Amino acid sequence: MSDLEAAVAAGVLGADEAHRALLQATVEVARAIFGAKAASVFLLDEEAEELVFEAVSGEGEGELIGMRFPAGNGIAGWVLTTRQPLVVDDLSADTRWSRSQAESTGYVPKSMMSVPLLVEERALGVLQVLDRPPESRVKLREVDMLGLFANQAAIALDLLQRARRARAALAGEGRLAPLARVAARLEDDENDAAFELLRALERVLREQP
Amino acid sequence: MSAAIEFHEHADEEDLPAWSLPADAVDRIRVPVTLPEQVTREWAWGGSTGAGVRVCILDSGIELDHPLVGRVDRSVAVLRDEEGELQVLDDAEGDLCGHGTACAGVVRALAPDAELTSVRVLGAGYKGGGEIMLRGLQWAIEQEFQIVNMSLSTTRTKYVERLHELADHAYFKRVLLVASAHNMPVESFPWRFASVISVGSHEEADGLTFYYNPTPPVEFFGRGLDLDVAWLGGGTLRCTGNSFATPHIAGICALILGKHPDLTPFQLKSVLYQTASNAKEAA
Repeated sequence: MSDLEAAVAAGVLGADEAHRALLQATVEVARAIFGAKAASVFLLDEEAEELVFEAVSGEGEGELIGMRFPAGNGIAGWVLTTRQPLVVDDLSADTRWSRSQAESTGYVPKSMMSVPLLVEERALGVLQVLDRPPESRVKLREVDMLGLFANQAAIALDLLQRARRARAALAGEGRLAPLARVAARLEDDENDAAFELLRALERVLREQP
Repeated sequence: MSAAIEFHEHADEEDLPAWSLPADAVDRIRVPVTLPEQVTREWAWGGSTGAGVRVCILDSGIELDHPLVGRVDRSVAVLRDEEGELQVLDDAEGDLCGHGTACAGVVRALAPDAELTSVRVLGAGYKGGGEIMLRGLQWAIEQEFQIVNMSLSTTRTKYVERLHELADHAYFKRVLLVASAHNMPVESFPWRFASVISVGSHEEADGLTFYYNPTPPVEFFGRGLDLDVAWLGGGTLRCTGNSFATPHIAGICALILGKHPDLTPFQLKSVLYQTASNAKEAA
């Protein structure tokens, strides 16, 4: 499906916030279920090879959105490259990671569950759950549950990215931007001649090889 | 005379059957029967330390001189040269993130005398990961390691066919691929191939406890919960994940091959089946 079709089908021109809300709800539920101090979703920016905070619940909420760090480094980075979930307890042992993370976020967790966000064959980002209650030892069932949350977060992240691409394609100087403006005018004006012209354009495009 | 000897030597290597088995060739393919009536753990790896078994860790590198890993026989990395071609080059970077060191430490704990080689395919940037993994795996098969630990997978379908070919090639060359399974609702590879040994986690605290799964594609469960694994800076980190269950099975395979070096991958899989913690003698 093209970005424009996606845009039209999902009516995304105002949906960015709805998708962001879905992502936010996912991290909030994940945090609540695991009784954790924080949960966050990182989006992979493939061009820049960076991970970007896209949703945060708990510690750092409201401050970290948009913050970036290199995708190849740290635990989130290798969860992404190995495609394997990882649970780490007692992160203080990993001095290299703690230092860099502390510098960038101002919050140093003690434990961390990380899982890649996969949609079909693409890795879109990482879901992390920080600092479960210290007395709760991790069970494999929790890792499985984390995988289910990751699946939900991945779908939300995919929708958000599609909406953004569609918006970029339809906005400002994008090549398809005139189409979006024309569609908006047509809806408002109910101009019969304009509709006739649109149908003519459709015929021309259909008859092209 | 010398020509005849040459011919004879030539015949030894070349006249082995490939696509069909003539009656007069049967004697030439007698193979050792190594499995006893009842395969026990004592028979399978009793007294073995993994000595003489070459294990490859296809991962993020291995930290040199880590006390829980010990000797690393060789470290290479798959890198792009100036023309953009992938090259396998000797590497002194160690481990870029700790994951490979953790896997190597698990194998070492189980098979103290196994030879470890690191092939670094992770951590050098996110792009091109699939190509780099394939090149590293191809190199490992060319080098005829007996065991390749792959605590990683790809979800990219464009690599599946080549990966499948490599996995089958490894199987016939007696290179055993031990690969981490996924506990998420996605398709990933190579663990789904029947020619590899796929590994998930169980919750017990004993490294030699492992289970055969009668409902694959995950074929075995190894120790993967709450492990103190080797990590960067000579330390340890308490971790959970299939990434660490996988080298447990790889380490057990190293023990078995240390004692029975002639086992083929399918025989080795049978020995794992018969020595699994949930395998019961038939009544």
